Amino acid sequence: MIRFDSVTKEYPDGTVAVGGLDLTAPDGKITVLVGPSGCGKTTSLRMVNRMIEPTGGRILVDDKDTAKMDAAELRRGMGYVIQQAGLFPHRTVADNIATVPRLLGWDRRKSRSRSLELLERVGLPGEYADRYPHQLSGGQQQRVGVARALAADPPVMLMDEPFSAVDPVVREQLQDEFLRLQSDLGKTILFVTHDIDEAVKLGDQVAVLRVGGQIAQVADPATLLGDPHDDFVADFVGRDRGYRGLGFRTAPVLEPSPEPTVRLGAGVDEVRRSGDQWLLVADDDNRPLGWVEPSRITAPLVTEDLHRGGTVAVLGGSSRAVLDAALSAPSRRGVLVDDDGRLVGTVTLAEVAAAIEQAVGRGKR
Amino acid sequence: MNAVLTWLTDGAHWQGYDGILQRTWEHVWYSAIALAIAAALAIPLGLWVGHTGRARFLAVNLTGALRAVPSLGLLFASIMVLGSRLDGELATLVPTELVLVVLAVPPILAGAYAGVEQVDAAARDAARGMGMRGSEVLFKVELPCALPLISSGLRSAALQVVATATLAAAVGLGGLGRFLLDGLAVRDYAQMAGGAILVAALALLIDLVASTLQRVVVSPGLTGKTDRRDNALRRLKTTAAS
Repeated sequence: MIRFDSVTKEYPDGTVAVGGLDLTAPDGKITVLVGPSGCGKTTSLRMVNRMIEPTGGRILVDDKDTAKMDAAELRRGMGYVIQQAGLFPHRTVADNIATVPRLLGWDRRKSRSRSLELLERVGLPGEYADRYPHQLSGGQQQRVGVARALAADPPVMLMDEPFSAVDPVVREQLQDEFLRLQSDLGKTILFVTHDIDEAVKLGDQVAVLRVGGQIAQVADPATLLGDPHDDFVADFVGRDRGYRGLGFRTAPVLEPSPEPTVRLGAGVDEVRRSGDQWLLVADDDNRPLGWVEPSRITAPLVTEDLHRGGTVAVLGGSSRAVLDAALSAPSRRGVLVDDDGRLVGTVTLAEVAAAIEQAVGRGKR
Repeated sequence: MNAVLTWLTDGAHWQGYDGILQRTWEHVWYSAIALAIAAALAIPLGLWVGHTGRARFLAVNLTGALRAVPSLGLLFASIMVLGSRLDGELATLVPTELVLVVLAVPPILAGAYAGVEQVDAAARDAARGMGMRGSEVLFKVELPCALPLISSGLRSAALQVVATATLAAAVGLGGLGRFLLDGLAVRDYAQMAGGAILVAALALLIDLVASTLQRVVVSPGLTGKTDRRDNALRRLKTTAAS
């Protein structure tokens, strides 16, 4: 547990970067600090491992006052991941990962085997162990950065915009893997980002800071999106918060209607038999592949005929996914599947809307 | 040109107390002493300036000022001041080394502090954030990353010192400068040109040795040489496979 107890950072010129921060990051959870630039989120994070010394208040890690600990030893007990990865260019990937173990006095062999284990954990092939950082892409470097922070298995991780410097596709991938890793490891994580989407995706608890290092709201993501505390938070959380908030609601009660399907290779007669404007195509395991427009089919069905616009939602998944499935399907019938990806049925946009309205209404009363 | 060749290839010129081998040896000695002293002064100072960021202004100006000192003028001035207080060969050797050290310090100092300064700020931040103490950051991260620039500073100092060590002859010491001065005295241009060629050859040889050394000491992660090695290996494998 990391506890900020009215922590202040005031610079000699009178600028207050952080003004009396009170916050608790609970064990085994991801706490995200998010806010506009200049809100003191990075300063707050860096005060935990005393890269910046607070000018007032206390920071307790597992009830121990960090100010009373040796700074270097304190840091060796915490994972630290920064935006630019900050790998040591003169060391191989394996040696980079082994940094803290070596500082702690582990022998070469044990450090090496730990490095290889972590390399696999963060999804990099073992042959990367003897490469140098400049031979890796930005995303790969950041994976190594995460592995390096995990090397000595610290209970606490400090992460300062670790995924901001990579392109959006890789970022999403890294975020998903990070969540998977965390569900295995259960670290106590303090995570800084300026990206509200990243904050609500990763955080168990999100603290929105305003300029001057004051907390505007601390809440779980659903509450933050559904009930912003004031105009600042509402504005920061963004315009489509209502829609995004649906991502945290489990799906409303839905009764999917059965949907007729055809297989690839079906002849023109079979495709046009139903007379509907849109027809769903599924594979032999009844997994949906896409929609076709029978009126345009002049030859047996091939993959190129498929309309790929529609998304697929898992029955029992989030309201957002179900709504999106209904909105994106050209037939306006959202495709629902079971956990194995097999077709369950479809729901119309009207049915989804009604169900969500009912669920929200129930929540209010 | 033929005369120069004849002079250089005459076996008699290579032997004896005033032969080419002996003079080269002396020349190497003068240069080595100066470089060792300059490195012992400038590298620690440069690392300290780069690591702490303190006295940077002083370091920049010192390197600039020292570079502007005329070597020959300093040599005669220091012989006037120091020469009478020292005995025998030291009376000329010490001033000569002083001149060479003054010449060698600026490039080495500049290489050292610039080398540490250019270390990626994120790497330095990560090093501290993972619990390295100040000296560990310096010796495990900053120094190894600064090695390319430190060694190029040393190499350029070595070139200048080897070229300028010919001045030793001007104050009655040995070294390859003897051939230049003695040749001039008797208008033996073949000897002069031969001496000049020898100085140039020695400088090139030392640079070659230094660059080989640099390749051994500097991590392949910094030079990008890894790619070439990997590519060579890959080519080797594909040729072997086919």
